[in-house]
Amino acid sequence: MSDDWTGAIDCDFHPRAPTPRDLSRYMDEHWRDAVETRGIDAWDSIAYPANAPLTIRPDWREAGADEDPVAAAKVTLDRFGFAHAICNCLFPVQAFRDENLGAAFARAVNDWLAAEWLAKDARLRGSVVLPIQSTERAVDEIERRAGDPRFVQVLMLAFGEHPLGKSRYWPIYAAAERHSFTVGIHAGSSYHHAVTGSGWPTYYLEDYAAQSQGFHTQLGSLIAEGVFVKFPRLKVVLIESGVTWLPPYLWRLAKFWRGVRNEVPWIDRSPEAFVRDHVRLTAQPFDAPSGAEHIGRLMDQLQSDTMLLFATDFPHWQYDGDAMLPPGVSPALRRKILIDNPLATYPRLERSP
Amino acid sequence: MMLDAPPAPDADLDHRPAQDGAACLAIIDGDVHPAPGALADLKPYMSARWWEHLTTYGTRRRHGMSFEPYPKSAPRACRRDAWPEGGGAPGSNLDLIRSQYLDHYGIAFGILGPLGITGQSEINLDFAAALASAVNDWQREVFTRREPRLRSAIVVPYEDGAASAKEIDRCAPDPAYAQVFMLTRSAEPAGNRRYWPIYEAAERNGLPVALHVFGASGHPYTGTGWPSYYVEEGAGHSTSCQTVVTSLVIEGVFERFPKLKVVIVEGGFAWLAPLSWRLDKLYERMRGEVPHLKRRPSEYIREHIWVTTQPMEEPEDRRHVLDMMAWIGWDRLLFASDYPHWDFDDPFRAFPAGLATDRTQQILTTNAKAVYRLP
Repeated sequence: MSDDWTGAIDCDFHPRAPTPRDLSRYMDEHWRDAVETRGIDAWDSIAYPANAPLTIRPDWREAGADEDPVAAAKVTLDRFGFAHAICNCLFPVQAFRDENLGAAFARAVNDWLAAEWLAKDARLRGSVVLPIQSTERAVDEIERRAGDPRFVQVLMLAFGEHPLGKSRYWPIYAAAERHSFTVGIHAGSSYHHAVTGSGWPTYYLEDYAAQSQGFHTQLGSLIAEGVFVKFPRLKVVLIESGVTWLPPYLWRLAKFWRGVRNEVPWIDRSPEAFVRDHVRLTAQPFDAPSGAEHIGRLMDQLQSDTMLLFATDFPHWQYDGDAMLPPGVSPALRRKILIDNPLATYPRLERSP
Repeated sequence: MMLDAPPAPDADLDHRPAQDGAACLAIIDGDVHPAPGALADLKPYMSARWWEHLTTYGTRRRHGMSFEPYPKSAPRACRRDAWPEGGGAPGSNLDLIRSQYLDHYGIAFGILGPLGITGQSEINLDFAAALASAVNDWQREVFTRREPRLRSAIVVPYEDGAASAKEIDRCAPDPAYAQVFMLTRSAEPAGNRRYWPIYEAAERNGLPVALHVFGASGHPYTGTGWPSYYVEEGAGHSTSCQTVVTSLVIEGVFERFPKLKVVIVEGGFAWLAPLSWRLDKLYERMRGEVPHLKRRPSEYIREHIWVTTQPMEEPEDRRHVLDMMAWIGWDRLLFASDYPHWDFDDPFRAFPAGLATDRTQQILTTNAKAVYRLP
């Protein structure tokens, strides 16, 4: 049934980001005072300007659909019968230069998400926002959430201070693997560097287009540094990446690796093999020309039916109407994208209440 | 979109030295790297003031290293067999370039793209302009004058738009020059207004602008910092190419300079199709931000951008690369060898099996004639 979404697992769902004051209610006295006395009344990055068309689909904007779990469920979970939606909060914790602020806000974001979203709809699941400024504090935050089965993933951004494969981040992967958390990397930047290797693009459109470049870098880094050799059970999900950039990048990486593999002798398999075993992508947005025939040929380039995970990217405006998947997906592949692949990617989903 | 049926296997096509003259394709190669045998080769083309500066203070590049920030996989990233027996760097000995490359493959024209000490990525802009001029005169005298199959490039000190335009106007009257030459990692994305004098001068003089991978922008090579390894740098070149194409299109460079031709060099090519789709989709949503654009991004790309094929895309299933070529457009692809670098593409071996003969001819020869200024 091409219009049956029952039981689907939405792997990228965004509650409206809280304000610093919303979050300060979840902070201890020191940080609550800091938010007040330092006047941190807004902390917004340039990633999703509130009034930009991409940020919220017009009909959802009108309905205030991302404001609370009831409104959101009405246009997503209730309407289509999704089994779960994984909440990725995009409050820009990563942008703080001060790791203490980063850790205080990350902890508050996760507490806020648990109390104001996860506790209010049993179908919702959460990602643990990490204070990536400090690996030690990020690991603390993972440990703090490990006992709460509603959190199924740890969340980082496509652009940070350093490529994510570097060994400085390995304790995060060790903790994630230890507690069966999936590692999610979502479009977005700490903006501690210019978005491109050639500086700051002028337009928001360019900034968003460049997000896929962050995924190129992170994937290359995770593979080249040997993260998947060191952590053989790790699963990484590239969230809101655009998808079709992946095969061309992998061809380049695999070819280059064949030429210079003496530089990274711990890489004992082709990059393509690591990707098939360890990396998944959310299927929204899907950068493609219109037409089912093209989609089939692009799907074939992924060379696997286990790679894609269903996502609405709610409330971002990635599709109109109910076109939540690209056209031309076969019923068998559809079932895998909607249900089987997410279940295989998120082991904590199966354990959740 | 239908692909051409694969032609019958042709054993002769595999590594055929071009000895039968007219029967061979007249190959045009969009990426050949000349090098000075020694730094002193540039001295005749520099003023005493700047030669003194070069030998006293050296180059100061926007990444802090005198050469490249990643050690390569081979000396100078060159083919081991490209080092001249009598000494000097690969790409410096005309006899070896002729015997090993031009004659061996039957190259009709090789378009030069000087790298190394060329003034590009240099922080001191006056010094950058002096070096670029020297390299332009040196190429013309040492290569194109002596070997007309090697066509020179106008290297521009691109962080200084006015000086670059001046250099283009200085060189362009000489037919030795086939293209204007920039690098993909500029200090700001390539469509930024500071670079417009370059595009204006190129258009005015009827020359295409090549943007070759590498360069030092003053930013980390990626928007998320410095990767550790050369393998990441190499695979990541295609991201700097994506920044170039995105910026040129979205800034409206092709609205402003409607006759401008741009060639993206050495970043592979398959990335261009997904990027076009992505930009079209975003344009659909957010054209209000870029009202200076009159058409979809993919239409500007299809009309103004060419990509060279090296290093050739090699997916496990060759149909995937043929699909990408068809999506990008058969008339948009230009052969390049990258001689004398280690990841050299052999014009008789690099293309995927099953590529129809007329497509191969387009990529090896016909398309380039529409792009470069050739005799």
